[in-house]
Amino acid sequence: MNGCERLAAVDPRLSSLLAPGMPLADARAMVPDLLAIEADPEGDAAALTRLAAWCGRYSPWTAPDGSDGIWFDVTGMAHLYGDEESLAADLVARLARTGFTARAAIADTAGAAWALAREGSAKATVAPPDATRLALALLPVRALRLPVETVELMERLGLRRIGDLYKLPRPSLVARFGFAAAERLDQALGALPEPLSPLSPAPIRMSQRHFAEPISRPEDLAATIASLAEKLCRHLAAEGVGARKLALRFFRVDGAVIVLEAGTARASRDPRHLARLFAERLERVEPDLGIEDMRLEALVAEKLEDQQASLGNDAGVETADAALALLVDRLENRLGPGAVTRQRPRDSHLPERAVEPMLPFAAGEGGTPWPSDRPRPVRLLARPEPIEAVAPVPDDPPVMFRWRRLTHRVRAADGPERILGEWWRESDPLRDYYCVEDTDGRRFWLFRQGLHGGEAPPRWFLHGVFA
Amino acid sequence: MKSMELAGLRERVATLAGETRARCGVLPFAESALDHALPGGGLALGALHEVCGGGGDEEDGAVAAAFLAGLLARLAPSRPVLWCLTGDDLYGPGLAACGLPPRRLLRVRARDDRTVLEAMEDGLRVPALAAVVGEVGTLPLTASRRLQLAAGASGVTAFALRRWRTGAQADAAREAPMAAATRWRVSALPSRSLAGEPGIGRALWRAELLRCRGGVPAQWILEACDATGHVAVAAELADRAPAAVRREPLRAAG
Repeated sequence: MNGCERLAAVDPRLSSLLAPGMPLADARAMVPDLLAIEADPEGDAAALTRLAAWCGRYSPWTAPDGSDGIWFDVTGMAHLYGDEESLAADLVARLARTGFTARAAIADTAGAAWALAREGSAKATVAPPDATRLALALLPVRALRLPVETVELMERLGLRRIGDLYKLPRPSLVARFGFAAAERLDQALGALPEPLSPLSPAPIRMSQRHFAEPISRPEDLAATIASLAEKLCRHLAAEGVGARKLALRFFRVDGAVIVLEAGTARASRDPRHLARLFAERLERVEPDLGIEDMRLEALVAEKLEDQQASLGNDAGVETADAALALLVDRLENRLGPGAVTRQRPRDSHLPERAVEPMLPFAAGEGGTPWPSDRPRPVRLLARPEPIEAVAPVPDDPPVMFRWRRLTHRVRAADGPERILGEWWRESDPLRDYYCVEDTDGRRFWLFRQGLHGGEAPPRWFLHGVFA
Repeated sequence: MKSMELAGLRERVATLAGETRARCGVLPFAESALDHALPGGGLALGALHEVCGGGGDEEDGAVAAAFLAGLLARLAPSRPVLWCLTGDDLYGPGLAACGLPPRRLLRVRARDDRTVLEAMEDGLRVPALAAVVGEVGTLPLTASRRLQLAAGASGVTAFALRRWRTGAQADAAREAPMAAATRWRVSALPSRSLAGEPGIGRALWRAELLRCRGGVPAQWILEACDATGHVAVAAELADRAPAAVRREPLRAAG
């Protein structure tokens, strides 16, 4: 603001001399050969977000925190690495290899983990379950994520460690330092929930495997997918749901994460079904130096009764429905969502609006069945195509017309069938449809838009081809 | 010696075809003239059949689609049909009028001929389907063999509905060898107006059985299929060889 450049961050080796906030000129006086790099908060934030995504192998839920932290929810993940200590150690070591100095802590609450990661004595700390109070007691009060003024006030009053606050009666804690401070303490100790650590743990809709030795052979990847699907389906069954949308993540040795997504037309918890959705796209996964972790997640799940789920699950007996569902999923995963549809009647007079695409397994047959007493073509053009028609007698079908550069002579015709647009769509004027047969016997569905003697001369269109 | 071996092989092939027919059955047209021309008395199920239109309908494929819809209406009516196509001009109400209700029809929108063939092959592995239809322009011999094999293995019947966008494509494809059990060409004929009655009445088709494994080519004039998917013979032309492929001026693509 006053044109004075200040330090934003300092190499830890210089922390005895320099501190963030110090004017750059002063710093240069202290350390003449100082290498100053302009701060890039946006770049740092983006890098932190990327790092949080990379950390996905340790947790399906990671999020950047402030300018220098990453939250992990490692519930149910520790067994992949042996225990929580190994997970935290693995994380810090892996980050060190890629050039990040990191500290990690695992605790019962987000607040406690935050405090231990920053103020704990070790690079990787694990607070044993139900021992949070003890683990935090000796940490400085600034570890509670409090405003600087609050911390300074506490220190002036001789409350240096978090344990000192335990002794303070709650009313006086609130009176002196405000609700926010009391809340932070409660959050760290687990007395107050924080959105990060919801009261009831989210259902487990994922399964993961960690490989001490990275794998890369296609058959190993396929076998892993099968076992991940088995395990995921057990979780889904416990919850009474089936997966509609899934993601399979491959965590590569070089830090890259490959994600395959797949959807199902109907909720499914048939492990073979789910595994097959990914099996045929496995060739797209380039293992490079190897895959260290694989995780299968159900991103969207729906209620699924036991009875439905057991279809196709019994010893190789695939029922018709399950086999069809699998086929539809395979086709849609290859050709794109919405590639497989059915048509059902919709209550509209307009031919192009009388059909409605529906999902292959959606319930309901739609509107009133199409009337069988009116001729309808087998092929309906996406848009009616304008034709040059010779229709000498008003209100009669043409005697000749030209469509796509070929001339057709009309030898017989039926009609007209007058079709009014939907009254609320004023842009649709009425159409008079004729079914005409040309001299070759080919039959076409033509219509005239506009009336003879109207403002504009009537125009002719070809809308469909009969058999 | 060589010819004897060949004869032996032919017999073996015929036996195999017969075995598939015995296992999967046939779909009669319920018209004796047609059924007599087909080995086993009907269209072999669990096999590949090829249907194309004639004249201007080679591109539109309307008559061919209705001919197929009539067959599908009577083929395993409790099971769905997978219809694979690239451009979605297939109109449900028209097919329903041939006896194929919309709830039985699963349509697959593919990107090109190759993906249509892939989708067909996937469908042919699912015995829960009654049949698989694919609208294709290009159908290489190898691909047709694969479809034929897949159909034979599952018992699901395959139909290749040929649609040719250009005259050149049609000329090349009409003569190409194919692993299909039958090849049909169905084209529109001028209908017979009833004396004193206006309007166009029931449509007439010329159905040509151009190729038939274990049978001989034949052709008929048919009344277009009714609401239950049945055709009726209007005149039998079996004593005449099928007309030579008419080289009609085909319009350019676009």
